[in-house]
Amino acid sequence: MISFLGEVAAWFGDSANWLGASGILNRLREHIQITVAATAVSTVVAIPPAVWLAHRRIGGTFVVAVVNIARAIPSFAIVVLFLPISIRLGLGIGFWPTFLALLFLAIPPMFTNAYTGVAGVDPDLVEASRGMGMTDREVLTKVELPMASPVILAAVRVAAVQVVATATLGALVGWGGLGRFIVDGFAVRDSVEVFAGALLVAGLAIVTELVLGTVEKHVVPATLRTRADGVESVVA
Amino acid sequence: MIVFVQATGGFFSWEWVVNHLDDIWDRTVQHLMLTAIAIAIGIVISLALSVVALRFRWTYAPITWFTGILYTIPSLALFAFLVPVTGLSVLTAEIGLVSYTLLILIRNMVAGIDGVPPATVESARGMGYTDRGLFFAVELPLALPVIIAGVRIASVTTIGLVTITALIGQGGLGFFILRGLNLFYSPVGTTQIVVGTVVSVALAVAVDLSLVGVERLATPWSRRRATA
Repeated sequence: MISFLGEVAAWFGDSANWLGASGILNRLREHIQITVAATAVSTVVAIPPAVWLAHRRIGGTFVVAVVNIARAIPSFAIVVLFLPISIRLGLGIGFWPTFLALLFLAIPPMFTNAYTGVAGVDPDLVEASRGMGMTDREVLTKVELPMASPVILAAVRVAAVQVVATATLGALVGWGGLGRFIVDGFAVRDSVEVFAGALLVAGLAIVTELVLGTVEKHVVPATLRTRADGVESVVA
Repeated sequence: MIVFVQATGGFFSWEWVVNHLDDIWDRTVQHLMLTAIAIAIGIVISLALSVVALRFRWTYAPITWFTGILYTIPSLALFAFLVPVTGLSVLTAEIGLVSYTLLILIRNMVAGIDGVPPATVESARGMGYTDRGLFFAVELPLALPVIIAGVRIASVTTIGLVTITALIGQGGLGFFILRGLNLFYSPVGTTQIVVGTVVSVALAVAVDLSLVGVERLATPWSRRRATA
């Protein structure tokens, strides 16, 4: 066991593993890029309709159904399923099947978390703001959105962490990223590379969680912080 | 060779499904077994940790912190960590699967027991219940709906994660997804991917609904209240 960990340390000490197209630095860059892109697109696609529908109190049952079904769909299956789909769409292997699968998996939980965040704003508060003469728009932008902001930010964080995890599986469909070390290591039965890859992937996921968690703490007023507790996260 | 002849064909082959019903059944059973073992062990460990967390409050934060980290680690990475130690085995799959159930189960167990009305606990004590009797006869049954809600989430999550264990030689229905991945250019491949996915989702829905049934049977008082 000790000698194995020594080999892992030696793997990290070898500059050949850090540099070049298949080195750690480039794989890390790929992984972060696709995570940022997929999280950003999911945010733009999922949050505005979720906020608007929740504001109008439309589609509550639909939201519950989506959250349950989304959890039941294996991320591994979706990544693999998007490979033949992407090929049939003429988008090829690698980036597109991975990216489309990431969007497919990130959008539903983001939508439902944002929806429950806005729909969960104390109805008395909404009532009171209407009573104070706020217009519909003001109720949304001055009451519901600020009150729901911790939940919405938490929804983005949860999605980003999920995307980091799922992007690891992109290595199975010809994409790069840190999952490459695990998948390639498995293929050639190199347990040192597999273990090193696992360390990198787990590290990136935890760092993503911590960094975005810290951002949340600085952005969200202390009085609203506990509201983000109910946000659903998904393992991938 | 047949694979290549069919490569220009459709996306889904019913013929493959009909010819492999036995195979699909076996893998479904394997899938359920992997899930059931993980949930059973997960419940035992979580119950123990929840009792500790409820008895010694200060341990709750570190327990959720640690299980939260386990939950954050991507599944492929977690299995990859274990392979050098426990190999491509059922044990590796189960350790990973159990790890992911802990956070959900512990959170719901603690929240469920915390949610038991203090007046109820007080009257039970007044009636002479011991600590142990109070826990098993009063708190645990009353917390059951919240606990089962956790078991439902953990089960559905685990059923999804079992597919990934195909990469470490297990996998249940994930086996078809992985084999389909290697034949993705042919209908035989895409059919297997679709079958693996659809049956796995159907399994998750079926298990979820069964657990709703279990909850109704295990908490007859909530039904009576609903009809009253």
